Amino acid sequence: MALLDVKDLKTYFRTDDGIVKAVDGVSFSVEKGQTLGIVGESGSGKSVTCLTIMGLNPKKNTISSGEARFKDEDLLHMSPRRLRQIRGNDIAMIFQDPMTSLNPVHKIGDQLAEAVLLHQDVTKKQAKTQALELLKAVGIPRAERRLGDYPHQFSGGMRQRVMIAMALVNDPDVLIADEPTTALDVTTQAQILTLMNNLQKDFDSAIIIITHDLGVVAETADDVVVMYAAEVVEQGSVDSIFRRPHMPYTWGLLGSLPRLDTDLERLVQIKGQPPSLLNPPQGCRFHPRCPYVMDICKKEDPPLKPVTDDPAHLAACHLDEETKDREAQKLIEGTLAAAS
Amino acid sequence: MIRYLIRRLLWAVVLFVAITIITYIIFFMIPTDPARKACGQLVTPACVKSARHYLGLDRPVYIQYYKFLERLVVHQSLGRSFANRQNINSIIGRAAPITASLVFGGAVTWLLLAIPIGILSALRPRTLLDRSAMVFVLVGISAHPVWIGLIFSWFFGYKLGITPIAGYCEAFSPPQGAACGGVVQWFYHMILPWITFAILFAALYVRMIRANVMETLNEDYVRTARAKGAPESRVMFKHVLRNAMLPVVTMLGMDIALGLGGAVFTESVYSLHGLGQTLVQSLSGDDLPTTQGIVVFGTLAIIVFNLIVDLLYAFIDPRIRLT
Repeated sequence: MALLDVKDLKTYFRTDDGIVKAVDGVSFSVEKGQTLGIVGESGSGKSVTCLTIMGLNPKKNTISSGEARFKDEDLLHMSPRRLRQIRGNDIAMIFQDPMTSLNPVHKIGDQLAEAVLLHQDVTKKQAKTQALELLKAVGIPRAERRLGDYPHQFSGGMRQRVMIAMALVNDPDVLIADEPTTALDVTTQAQILTLMNNLQKDFDSAIIIITHDLGVVAETADDVVVMYAAEVVEQGSVDSIFRRPHMPYTWGLLGSLPRLDTDLERLVQIKGQPPSLLNPPQGCRFHPRCPYVMDICKKEDPPLKPVTDDPAHLAACHLDEETKDREAQKLIEGTLAAAS
Repeated sequence: MIRYLIRRLLWAVVLFVAITIITYIIFFMIPTDPARKACGQLVTPACVKSARHYLGLDRPVYIQYYKFLERLVVHQSLGRSFANRQNINSIIGRAAPITASLVFGGAVTWLLLAIPIGILSALRPRTLLDRSAMVFVLVGISAHPVWIGLIFSWFFGYKLGITPIAGYCEAFSPPQGAACGGVVQWFYHMILPWITFAILFAALYVRMIRANVMETLNEDYVRTARAKGAPESRVMFKHVLRNAMLPVVTMLGMDIALGLGGAVFTESVYSLHGLGQTLVQSLSGDDLPTTQGIVVFGTLAIIVFNLIVDLLYAFIDPRIRLT
């Protein structure tokens, strides 16, 4: 039994234009001490997947189904009271934009202490002490003095450290990080990722990291889920996916990483736009953008099934093995050539 | 902070001079003669001449204005009424508490109405409650306070007999021979005026609070609070309301000042002899010193009040620095 086991998760939003299938049958699991990376373009359903697990979607107009079992309790079908006990205590979340995720009118120390007081039976003073320890742990200089500061007195990177401290203050089993470095500059990104890695070692928590940055995934994740248009199109261990990707969309993602070594006029991109989730394309949802599109792709949605040489590596693609081998080989050779 | 206060005070002086000069100029452009009024029905040229001298009207406008400033600064006196030679300081001293009761009590009333209704509307948009609140808002904005006042006075005061029809009671130290007095009676007499005065603002504030709360509910930090495991009530009071109320505080400062002007309608319906009514009387009686006195007092009250609101704002919103 995995620590967090998500099965066939679906999240639909009722809108004025119709039902938007934001997440359409996503399954994955995370173990203690492991990191799962969820990658995909904006609007592919990565964030909604995690917000659904946390029960943070607006209740009105949201239909969720499937299950998300945490220590054998289904998060999707539990009482709001029980969910509140788990939220912030057993499962904590870090959000994308640290500039807006902290309440501007409360002191950092109070916001951190609030997280402690909501779940632990301690005095305010003890909560502050815990908050201070965490601020030190995430590397905020002169932490004692900064407890009394307000969010606007912190830089973006420092605020994200505060958010991480807030998420870790109750020693959670699962930490969900929704694009934790997207709003930060590159040097700060690296610091935050290292920090998360170190803290994972110390606390032995499971991490789900949502990102569209494959570099971040390669650096931090053990397993990867690639999402496209509300569906999982490929998932497996980070090694097998980077060594032998099985799906043209994943190839596109890998191929479009900007590189310093080749002198290209323009960056490589996946042509076209992600489809509307109100009315997704028939068959394989990637087919309108896929350079290898065949007739069958337009009619039948390929099932997510294990690839031939690795039962833990799943992919959804109609392409024959030969073509896949050839194309993946080309991509990897390109990468290797660039590396050498 | 100190520099900020000094600058604000200097501005207050400029504002004060500007407003009083404008009042003087407007007054002398009105084609009436207070001296003739002072002589009553026996208008003789001799009477008018002596009255004009007695009231100081025979001197140029700037001398009159200078005399006014001198009296105010040196003797802290606003002078005497043209109409009945009463000391204007004491006229204002009697009228101001009535208007203050009306305006501040009214502000409390409109907040007590608007905050709960606004929050509930925001939490349940497009429900029956929200729509009924919208109807209330439309009525509140469209109906004139004089009309509302008369209807209330007739219905609650005359038909049902559960409130006084009109009149005012001193809360503290009522004058000898007054019909009523004491805090309870004061409150009882103010209920209808407060509601009448508050309805327009309550209506505006319901919409504003509804919009602010709905906007704040979508903020990222509200999601953070929920992700921490905070119960909805705590999310609402600790995270949403504190932020949603920031613009309301600013508005409150301006609207209470605005309300001083609107108070005249409510005062006249319920025959409360406050500043508004006194001002109207003094204007129709060409009583410049009383008019000017009330303008001076009103200006000072508004300046002080806005300063308090700005200081308060810096206190409740840590992002604001007063420099």
